[in-house]
Amino acid sequence: MTAALRFDPIRLPPVCEELRKEVRAFLAEEIAAGTFDPHKPQREDSDAPEFSRRVGERGWLGMTWPKQYGGHERTFLERYVVTEEMRIANAPTRRFFVADRQSGPVLLKYAPEHIKMDILPRICRGELCFAIGMSEPNSGSDLFAAKTKATKTDGGYLINGSKIWTTSAHIADYMIAIFRTSPPTKENRRHGLTQFLVDMKSPGIKVNPIAQITGQYEFNEVVFTDVFVPDDHLLGEVDGAWKQATSELAYERSGPERFLETYYVLTELVRALGPDPDTRGAEGIGRLVAQLHTMRRMSVSVAGMLQAGKEPVVEASIVKDIGTIWEQQLPHRVRELAAFVDGEASNHATLDELTAFATKLAPKLTIQGGTTEVLRGIIARGLGLR
Amino acid sequence: MMRNKSVAFLGFDHVRCAVRPVPAALVFVSAFHHHAAQQQDQHACLAIRRVLSAQPGNAVTETDNIVVETAEKIFADLADAQTINADKAETWKAPLWQALSESGLLLSWVPEEFGGSGASVAEGFGVLNAAGRAGLAVPLAETMLAGWLLAQGKIAAPEGAMTIAPAHPKDRIALDADGKLSGRARSVPFAQGAQHIAVLAQSAAGATIALVPASACRIDKGLGVGGDASDVVTLDKVAPIATAPAPDGLNQTSLLLMGVVARSLQIAGALETLLDRSVTYANERVAFEKKIGKFQAVQHNLAKLAGETSAALAAATSAADAISSADGFDEALFLEAAAAKIRCAEAAEKGAAIAHQVHGAIGFTREHILHRFSLRALAWRDDFGNESHWAVELGRMVAKRGADDLWPLVASR
Repeated sequence: MTAALRFDPIRLPPVCEELRKEVRAFLAEEIAAGTFDPHKPQREDSDAPEFSRRVGERGWLGMTWPKQYGGHERTFLERYVVTEEMRIANAPTRRFFVADRQSGPVLLKYAPEHIKMDILPRICRGELCFAIGMSEPNSGSDLFAAKTKATKTDGGYLINGSKIWTTSAHIADYMIAIFRTSPPTKENRRHGLTQFLVDMKSPGIKVNPIAQITGQYEFNEVVFTDVFVPDDHLLGEVDGAWKQATSELAYERSGPERFLETYYVLTELVRALGPDPDTRGAEGIGRLVAQLHTMRRMSVSVAGMLQAGKEPVVEASIVKDIGTIWEQQLPHRVRELAAFVDGEASNHATLDELTAFATKLAPKLTIQGGTTEVLRGIIARGLGLR
Repeated sequence: MMRNKSVAFLGFDHVRCAVRPVPAALVFVSAFHHHAAQQQDQHACLAIRRVLSAQPGNAVTETDNIVVETAEKIFADLADAQTINADKAETWKAPLWQALSESGLLLSWVPEEFGGSGASVAEGFGVLNAAGRAGLAVPLAETMLAGWLLAQGKIAAPEGAMTIAPAHPKDRIALDADGKLSGRARSVPFAQGAQHIAVLAQSAAGATIALVPASACRIDKGLGVGGDASDVVTLDKVAPIATAPAPDGLNQTSLLLMGVVARSLQIAGALETLLDRSVTYANERVAFEKKIGKFQAVQHNLAKLAGETSAALAAATSAADAISSADGFDEALFLEAAAAKIRCAEAAEKGAAIAHQVHGAIGFTREHILHRFSLRALAWRDDFGNESHWAVELGRMVAKRGADDLWPLVASR
């Protein structure tokens, strides 16, 4: 047999269900206090610094990190529950989500001790927002074509060039980015890029907003002109960023955010069709729920295997591939079934509004964080085709 | 007919200690399990207990499961797809069936007291996943399900091939006041060739489990898409060999859901083989001066096949795990079983299409083994209620619970 795929039927342990209750109670309080409206995922600016601090106070940021850095040494399965409940409630997680999922783990692994001691506890307290500097105007999926330069100077590096599609750059305190420190070699075109931690308050950084088709403002162009980054902000190996991007990817790819991004339209469809839908409505709901349940079981399975120290890299890519396509198609399926909704349904307007928003949002879901095409290449390699 | 024989797994007597004090399936025979477990030599059981951990999550996929290994060995030796495909005289059938019978696998889900080998529900599902990988064309799943149904009524399982009726959600078989069974059951897999049929009948007193000789029924032969028997069974005042009231919680829906999870695991297994064969072929076949597996279009198709296979595996093994560790039939279990059938059926359609596309014309030939897996995966969609049926039922359940109870239901799994 070729490489066998594994999706062990992992169940979340009881501690997760206790935690789930706490998270739900917390979110209900926040909603009641007017912090956010769970029925408004389309809100224009989802930055909520105070909410972020309160999530930190509850101990739900840096959950899996060592205590010495402000973390809580809990399991990835516990973090999973917090993530999915936040997502289902459409909570404003923008400020802390990237730092918690991605940037913190990179710093934990590659930053010098004094930087870890300085920054990680602040992430855990919900005080810091991070951006990721990967894509450039002429290098998107082809990450290793990046040209923005880091040139060695006294005590550090000077950055010149630009990054693009940088989510949250306009509110971020820091960016973790890759810059070119050497040209690629003949043998290895991935050589020559180095990962850096950049303080977004550094002189020479200009953030230009880019409007999106949903009407939301999330991403930006970031232009660097002689931006100084000190030596101790270099993360990992000079010219070796390509070696550093692998292990965290499985977490990034397979989380609940990879299939729940448009979930709200399914809830509203069920509400609109009412307790006694016709056959077509019932079948439509049944299929979507079966697919959702399966996606989640796959995603929990990958989380559990990761927690157990396994490396389900291919499985994680599969979860993102079919998960993002599912959440992308969901508004279209809901739109079809909405034809059978009674005109008197109380949430008619909400359903229409949310379906329209999700339809506009859908195209990005299979692009951000690794396109479908890139993922399928990774899966094909895992299958032994490359 | 009702000999209470003891059949052990070939050479693996100690596998009986796999009969753990774990609740059985939708309805429970745990009383037997406890009894059997007490009879075991504790020392002999220790090693195997470690391997066959009863924890949810280790249910089906542990490859070091000795029951599943026994099945895989038999399939490898006696059910090789290439050999079977070339064997026009069907000489493969008798030795395979004999081995399955002697190994005790046919009655995996029957406690030893009732003539079975008393494997756990999880192990039985693992066997069916392996049977799917082998594209098995004999009534192993059907005989196992029949044995399971009979065991719920404490009716000893007879020797030989069996199947269950009804197999279609809209069919009913009635038990009248004289103790006779009447009704029509469509799409009954492998009714032709079965010696007995385990029936779940409806009577004034409620659901009743009955064992009937196949010879007492009219069987109109049919063939499913996969080439396996799918028949219409008509009972006209048939006198059963034995009857027993169905225990609480066992009704036609829970029986069909047991069948649905069995079929889901078989579909997932067939998809695993379709993926394996397709990747192997793409790495061998040369066109336009390179292996076709080097073309990005082919790679992406195979990645999609891997995705569908994964979804089917995850849905089916999750449902099997849920049933294996359940202590009652509830809406969460309904979600697991129905979702498995729906998603596996969808995966079968998409997956079989890709496997054929990758193979090109050769995969469309009778001589090539691809159809043994692709057509069976497609045929298995139809048994015990197809995906449309279960989607309607699942959708109605979700609608009744209401929009705000959907996520809590999904998250509870």
